[in-house]
Amino acid sequence: MKFIDEYRDPARARALLDRIRLVARREWTIMEICGGQTHSILRNGIDQLLPPNVHLVHGPGCPVCVTPLETIERALAIAAMPGVILTSFGDMLRVPGNSKDLFMARSEGADVRVVFSPLEALQIARDNPQKEVVFLAVGFETTAPANAMAVRQAAREGLGNFSELVSQVMVPPAMRAILSSPDNRVQGFLAAGHVCAIMGYEEYEPVAAEFSVPIVPAGFEPVDLLDGILKVVEMLEAGRSGVVNAYGRVVSREGNPEARRVMREVFEVADRPWRGIGVIPASGLVLRPEYERFDAEKRFDVGHIAPRESPLCKSGEVLQGHLKPSDCPAFGRECTPQTPLGATMVSSEGACAAYYRYHRSVRS
Amino acid sequence: MCLAIPGKVIEIREENGLKMGTVDISGALTKACLEYVPEIAIGQYTIVHAGFALKIIDEEEAAESLKLWDELIKSGAFDVNDEPTDDR
Ligand code: SF4
Repeated sequence: MKFIDEYRDPARARALLDRIRLVARREWTIMEICGGQTHSILRNGIDQLLPPNVHLVHGPGCPVCVTPLETIERALAIAAMPGVILTSFGDMLRVPGNSKDLFMARSEGADVRVVFSPLEALQIARDNPQKEVVFLAVGFETTAPANAMAVRQAAREGLGNFSELVSQVMVPPAMRAILSSPDNRVQGFLAAGHVCAIMGYEEYEPVAAEFSVPIVPAGFEPVDLLDGILKVVEMLEAGRSGVVNAYGRVVSREGNPEARRVMREVFEVADRPWRGIGVIPASGLVLRPEYERFDAEKRFDVGHIAPRESPLCKSGEVLQGHLKPSDCPAFGRECTPQTPLGATMVSSEGACAAYYRYHRSVRS
Repeated sequence: MCLAIPGKVIEIREENGLKMGTVDISGALTKACLEYVPEIAIGQYTIVHAGFALKIIDEEEAAESLKLWDELIKSGAFDVNDEPTDDR
């Protein structure tokens, strides 16, 4: 398949690896933000092929992982209400709340459906005018334009039975939070290619300047990732900061202006809690007052929700690159993908789940 | 959920007032909303995420950067002489 095979070519990957080995003279710690990249790095063994002085730590870019338990509990409560069809992406429905996940709620009689696009949820709303259709809208800047379009379209069509339970987060505020932490060890970033496809990379330029770090938008295939890592290492060795694009076929400086416009039309910036990390100021998106009637949180009163997180879990430190998953005492013992205790084990793109799956239990 | 997958647009149509299309992703035909890539044409490649085409892939840029790597590899610029190249 075009645009995949070329970027899995072993000769190119080997050449880039050799180049990284040649260039990397000192110890460097680089964070990839995106869970999809974490997964690809571990699946392809890139972390093990890199020279031992180049360390990868794994960032908070898995939307399933950082969605607060409170939101899961709220979705469960809404799904249990009569006349409600609750929809979301499949991996969201597997995230356990305190007593069950949404798939279990379905087996108990709730109408819970997997969709691949928020527009499918909209179609379910058109087809079921007597029901309330709720879409659990999670994600980073990559899903925000899709989720915004669904709301705008519902408004245009006057669909009164569609709403979204929104938990949208954004990358740059999380980067700032990580870099501002006194325990920070991250010296450079791989930025998520698809986030930058939408947002471009202009908003990373001030972050790179303020904290003197290199930030490199990169793709998901091994050659893309190695090219990104090489560019970060080259900048670190040269003492340079700034943004250098390693995903030019998809990412431009200004991103996708139309998608950004619709996002801004429907959503506005707000403080947002991240599972495992806590509230990060101005890091989330909520529906603007004009679209408030599509806000499931306002439409359905489910009373007070008090979720309980496991005291054993260190996912907050994993998400910020302070710890590797295998440094957590519960990793692979109390906590496995079948019995996840925290944010980074609940999704296959979470760092703990990826370490478990690809047996990174000893190397730290 | 967080994969952004490249695919080729093979059909464009309108549904409920939105520009929609069929995208061939490694042989799997997927429906995608094309509202954010209004200028896209049949035969072009895009990356799809959450049922939306996010960006038209810049084929020229892709070809150029691949060529650049391959030239560097051929010219030996990536060869490491002072270090073993075996896997660790
Ligand atoms: S292994 Fe489990 S308990 Fe430990 S940090 Fe990861 S998710 Fe939390």
